[in-house]
Amino acid sequence: MATTIYTHAEPAAARLRIVAAPKAIPAQTGVWVAVSAIAMSFAALTSALVVRQASGTDWQHFVVPRILYLDTLILIASSYTLELSRKRFAAEAAGPERATLRSSGLYWLYMTQTLGLLFVAGQFLAWRSLAAQGLFLATSPSSSFFYLLTAMHGLHLLGGVLGLLYVGFRLRRRARNAQTSLGTAAVYWHFVDLLWVYLLLVIAIRM
Amino acid sequence: MHETSAQPAVHHHSPPQGFINKYVFSLDHKVIGLQYYGLALAAVFIGMILSWLMRLHLGWANLAIPGLSHLSANGAPGGLMTPEYYLSLMTMHGTIMVFFVLTNAPFAGFGNYFLPIQVGAEDMAFPRFNMMSFWTTFAAFLVLMAAFFVHDGPPLSGWTTYAPLSSVGAAAGPGEAMGQNLWAVSIALFCVGQLLGSLNFIATTLDLRTKGMTLARMPLSTWAWFITACIGLLAFADLLPACILLILDRTAGTSFFTPGGLVVSDTMQPHSGGSPLLWQHLFWFFGHPEVYIAIVPGFGIISHILPTFTRKPLLGGMRVMIGCMIAIGFLSYMVWGHHMFVSGMNPFSAILFSVPTLIITIPATVATLMWLGSIYGANLRMTTAALFCLGFISVFISGGISGFFLAQPAIDTYLHATYFVVAHFHFVMAVAAIFGIFAGTYFWMPKMIGRMMNETLGKLHFWLTFIGVYCIFMPMHYLGLAGNVRRYSSFTDDYLVRLIPVHQFITIAALLTGAAQLIFLYNLVHTRWWGPLAPDNPWEATTLEWSTTSPPPFDNFGGRHLVVHQGPYEYSVEGASSDYIMQTESQPVIKS
Amino acid sequence: MGKFFAILLVIITLVSVYPIVMHTWWMPPDVSAHGPAVDHQMEETMIGSGILFVISQLVLAGFIWVFGNRKGKIKDWPGGHRPVVAFGVILVGLEILSLTFVGSKVWAAMYLAAPDPHALHVDVQAEQFAFFFRYAGPDGKFGGIHPDKINDGNGNYFGLDPENDVAARDDIVVGTLTIPVNTPIFLTMHSKDMIHNFYVPELRIQQDIVPGLDIPLHFTATQTGKWEIVCTQLCGLGHYSMKAYLQVMTQPEYDDWLKQQSGD
Repeated sequence: MATTIYTHAEPAAARLRIVAAPKAIPAQTGVWVAVSAIAMSFAALTSALVVRQASGTDWQHFVVPRILYLDTLILIASSYTLELSRKRFAAEAAGPERATLRSSGLYWLYMTQTLGLLFVAGQFLAWRSLAAQGLFLATSPSSSFFYLLTAMHGLHLLGGVLGLLYVGFRLRRRARNAQTSLGTAAVYWHFVDLLWVYLLLVIAIRM
Repeated sequence: MHETSAQPAVHHHSPPQGFINKYVFSLDHKVIGLQYYGLALAAVFIGMILSWLMRLHLGWANLAIPGLSHLSANGAPGGLMTPEYYLSLMTMHGTIMVFFVLTNAPFAGFGNYFLPIQVGAEDMAFPRFNMMSFWTTFAAFLVLMAAFFVHDGPPLSGWTTYAPLSSVGAAAGPGEAMGQNLWAVSIALFCVGQLLGSLNFIATTLDLRTKGMTLARMPLSTWAWFITACIGLLAFADLLPACILLILDRTAGTSFFTPGGLVVSDTMQPHSGGSPLLWQHLFWFFGHPEVYIAIVPGFGIISHILPTFTRKPLLGGMRVMIGCMIAIGFLSYMVWGHHMFVSGMNPFSAILFSVPTLIITIPATVATLMWLGSIYGANLRMTTAALFCLGFISVFISGGISGFFLAQPAIDTYLHATYFVVAHFHFVMAVAAIFGIFAGTYFWMPKMIGRMMNETLGKLHFWLTFIGVYCIFMPMHYLGLAGNVRRYSSFTDDYLVRLIPVHQFITIAALLTGAAQLIFLYNLVHTRWWGPLAPDNPWEATTLEWSTTSPPPFDNFGGRHLVVHQGPYEYSVEGASSDYIMQTESQPVIKS
Repeated sequence: MGKFFAILLVIITLVSVYPIVMHTWWMPPDVSAHGPAVDHQMEETMIGSGILFVISQLVLAGFIWVFGNRKGKIKDWPGGHRPVVAFGVILVGLEILSLTFVGSKVWAAMYLAAPDPHALHVDVQAEQFAFFFRYAGPDGKFGGIHPDKINDGNGNYFGLDPENDVAARDDIVVGTLTIPVNTPIFLTMHSKDMIHNFYVPELRIQQDIVPGLDIPLHFTATQTGKWEIVCTQLCGLGHYSMKAYLQVMTQPEYDDWLKQQSGD
């Protein structure tokens, strides 16, 4: 007759066992992994900036284009509109008034995307302002980092806009798990927003 | 009896149709794993041929190598290798081997194939990202290969690409024009591919384990791939911006790494204020974790295969080995400055960096002791895969010991940039990590292609390779102790001339060992078409990959959702009727 | 096959260790003041790691001999893994502590200590693919370096400006580092183009020379003789042949030599 036997490692393994949690959708894990990697690359750029500033005497300080402050407000607003959108969709799933909630959810999503694009437009204006001061990519290490950091951030933001477009597409089609996708995209979006605030601080303090 | 669970499938994709979807742009992690492995195989043969060319030149600098002028008329007119071409071949050798072989095969190759199966999943978490990660890596390889064919030839600044040699641009001479640009673009693409891969490995390990597959029950190979993915995530995220900064210095006139006042080729360079040491910090902050990315999967593969052939679990079980791998992963980020002891950075930092460098020998030693202790009392089955595991232990010891010397700044002041360093990293990377790949190949090839490899040829391959690598790399320690500087295309200094016969010995050993690899290649080809069909579980092993057919169906388990009841290495359990219990076994039968 | 593997391992171990023990290819005799400390550190490490190497390979060989192709009762390591882990941690830990403690002092003496205030100061210019050495001359002052004035064709390797810079007029520039024995030497090293390195195996010292930085290095040679200074940092196609000579003379010989140079 078969009986239960203790195998070599089972008692220890039982102690190590992770209590079963509700299964997460991999995209949620994935977005945090992506966020860590992106944070690391900007950390590398920051340390490069710090070292470069200390290594030479040619760090040219300049006036931070004022448009950047407006841009920051735009981006923070976009995070807010994204949260509005999420709330509408969550309420839609939960209860009545589905049609209006749904369309206002989509409305706030489109608003977020528009604000994102406005932000990028503002970045271009900031670049023009810098160029007007005679500061180009290779003029000084400070301007090099300015263009590089804002360009890298802008590219990641545009990626976020594309992601939101994709999520919006799925939400309109009422695809499975579309709402969770919105939550995943929101993690990314808020990260890009916070990243911008951090970069603005670096720019304001160091440049 | 396998119970089925109510676990919802995260994604069901139906079997792919058509040649392109099945074998080219496949979403199937098994196909992608084989594609990575194939890429690594092509890369290793190219890298090996480059090393033969280098070694021929080092032993016989005035030898005209037939056919070489066809590869590069400028680099080897009449077959006589120029010093710059030697350096170019050396740069490409290092780049190809470190990136496209040692990061690809043990991690992306075997990991892609077996991680989902070992955790009981149908596929990776993000199959489309997975496919993109391979094709990005493949594109990176093509871009790198293009450097052989541009007019100025491949870059010559070493795989380490130190500025300002790498950053001033074409003024630095042959190799430093388009070739270096192609290198930087290739490696940047490679970073993107690896980041997508790490994303998949981490999400799959955390989220797609089947019912009963707790983290504690994952095989050590899966743990190793997971830890490697975590290391790689941060490492490649640092290298990518570094490559971008390098490209900007070379093409956009910036001065991140290039100081002012440089007079190259009699011309004052237009840069100013940059820091060559900044490149080194950025590069080695990636570069050191990278070498652990190359070896940790080997730790996992050896730790996974050894129990099957000793018929007992590893000494220390799961926890010690996992702890060692995590400790190594964590410490790997604290030691990068040991490549820079004499670089001109603050000498006090050298002491700071040497401490964690020496500390990292502790988990490495403990891991080695666990492997050694696992052989004690075992019933060793001497298959080819087992031989490579045992060989791994030997060569890892040899490679690790030399690390003890280099970790100390006071000794590194003599040994830095000598052949002692070359011996060290070749033993741990070119030999130990490759042995991990060989062990994995002989062990898993029956599962991957459904046919058994020839054991006689495998064993012959092992003996010749094992003897060969010691003949190649052990003498390099003596050369280093004699002060033989590395990265020299030939030896003209007074004190080096008497060492040339040692180099000639190494060259001959390298050529013979290289030839022995043809046995492996022949074995692979022969197996693929004419090997005897493999059963589901030819090695009487326990983990989930052996609970399915050889090769597995497209969704890995034929629609079944396996439930795991056992740990991964239940060999020779006291009282059990069989000397192994599979992970899916819920009711192991014991002798009454 | 287990027996064959074991014997092979023993042979490999013994053959590997032989040239080390016999010093077949070894460090050249040291000629520097700090050299004995470095050599002592090397010897300690060699003995410690040599023992570890031999024992671990022989244990591996022994285990393979006994347990290869065995069909007996499976045994676990007596005492389990805990004593082994503890042994590994303590053994390696102790070795690390002692090596670090002693080694940092050796390192600090070479790289962290300030140079002797009476050291002979020589300026070094590294470039693709040669070294040049500059002495301050009778006025005891070095002229300034102006990269835009560098002209290898005219022998102006340092970019000196004797017309406008008085201190530069009597600077002595040569291709061989000539120094008196038993005298502290202080080098400041510059590079005009790439990262180079100043390495003399007999002096047991090397140092990267980074463009854009002024790199200090100091040592004292304890014997007269002539040895090679070689570049160890990849600097381009001529890296393999980039070298100069270090000539250590007695004090009277050096004084004569210096007088001759100043006379030019």
